[in-house]
Amino acid sequence: MRESRIGAWIAFGIGALYFILPLIATFEFSLRMKRGEYSFEAYRVVFADPRFQASFSYSVGQALATIIVGIALVVPTAYWVRLRAPQFRPIVEFITLLPLVIPAIVIVFGYLRIFNSSSLIPLTDTNLGTDALLMFGYVTLALPYMYRAVDTGLQAIDVRTLTESAESLGANAFTILTRVILPNIRPALLSGAFLTFAIVIGEFTFAALLNRPAFGPYLQLLGANRAYEPSALAIMAFLVTWACMGLMQLASRGLRLPATDTR
Amino acid sequence: MAWLGIVPFLLFAILFLLWPTAHLVIGAFESKDGSFTLANIANLTQPAIVNAYWLSIRISAASAFMGGLLGFALAYAAISGGLPRWIRPTLTTFSGVASNFAGVPLAFAFIATLGRTGLVTTLLVKWFDFNIYHTGFTILSFWGLTLTYLYFQIPLMVLILTPALDGLKKEWREAASILGASPMQYWLRVAIPVLWPSLLGAVLLLFANAFGAVATAYALTGSSLNIVPILLFAQIRGDVLHNPNLGYALALGMIVITALSNLAYIWLRAWSERWVK
Repeated sequence: MRESRIGAWIAFGIGALYFILPLIATFEFSLRMKRGEYSFEAYRVVFADPRFQASFSYSVGQALATIIVGIALVVPTAYWVRLRAPQFRPIVEFITLLPLVIPAIVIVFGYLRIFNSSSLIPLTDTNLGTDALLMFGYVTLALPYMYRAVDTGLQAIDVRTLTESAESLGANAFTILTRVILPNIRPALLSGAFLTFAIVIGEFTFAALLNRPAFGPYLQLLGANRAYEPSALAIMAFLVTWACMGLMQLASRGLRLPATDTR
Repeated sequence: MAWLGIVPFLLFAILFLLWPTAHLVIGAFESKDGSFTLANIANLTQPAIVNAYWLSIRISAASAFMGGLLGFALAYAAISGGLPRWIRPTLTTFSGVASNFAGVPLAFAFIATLGRTGLVTTLLVKWFDFNIYHTGFTILSFWGLTLTYLYFQIPLMVLILTPALDGLKKEWREAASILGASPMQYWLRVAIPVLWPSLLGAVLLLFANAFGAVATAYALTGSSLNIVPILLFAQIRGDVLHNPNLGYALALGMIVITALSNLAYIWLRAWSERWVK
């Protein structure tokens, strides 16, 4: 067994080196903006850039809208499929997996053909329409993850009993969903939400091709024109992704616990 | 009445997923005046497009195979390699982060690492007097892109493969060794036969993952590397092929390739679940 442990250490060492070196290199590079000394100058410049603030808040807004619309779309569907329409499960699950099969660039290509100014639904005619289209695109991208998270959450609670008790107390469908089901699957919702946030915040392809002032295209533009700021932004992006994943794990840790708190 | 509850979902899926895709697929078989033709599909065989597909396939395959191999080694080391306990949860968390750390920031990180003035490039010159750029390597090349893709491919492999490796029961190894099998025999006769559908399926998923990726390549190389997603990006922006319907055919080709590898993955996973329970 001794040899296999050495092999495991070698695999782990090479892996660690490959994954940590780029982070160290990027961080080191981001500190080199002032000649001859290490400083956080690049970070200061980035934070002071109004286009950074504008594009970052635009993408945060997009992410939040995506999360809300995604939950509003996925939770009733997954709930209904579980409770009343299990025969549709294969179709619904198949559709939720499609965004993993069809490349994002193909989906947005289709959007530009279907929602342009000469079409039935000319969403790209106005900025607001394009914003909405971008958001729906992000809901599509996040669908596989959101659906699976919510469905796992619903699996862990007794949907039928909860629904029947709420009904016998006189609750209507909307009340059942918002006051009974949603609070019970909160860990699942949070875990889906954080993953969605991580996907949307730096997304490039959709935003660039729909020509919206999002964070991803801003990053790309800066990368083509500046030296040190991109490294600072890469470090920040890594920290945001790390925070999202950490919060997601924290949230999904509650998934296996029995739901006792239904306030 | 059961179908009523999924109507909003179906409407959404049709409007923002199925119809846009179907529009491109149909457009791939139409000529400029809207009549049926196979000319667009036939036009995909022109050298520039064939080269783009071939380079895309080679980069995706290289990053999938290497990512698969290294991800497997890493996951196996963390799960049954006898390493300290904290390594496994750390690896899982880190894999979750790194598999999502794709796109533009990842390109920046690799330029800072292996670019012309990158840290590793300069340190190799300083310590070993070895300039990787003298060997013909650039970050804007086949190997540069493959090496960058591995940063999200390896972690994805770790995440997909962990359940399969967990299903590899300790008793099988013990039983094999009691019956006098060498570690090599255990791997060739027990572990690999049980694992191969999972391994192959995961590699196919990595392949599709790399094949559809745009942002990392675009931020890293601009439009200097002729791969399919970049060509399609340029086509959407400015009709570089001078034929919109050929653009649809290009997109159809991408769908066919990613769909085939995903279907094979799903089929292989169903196959492997019979063993790994």
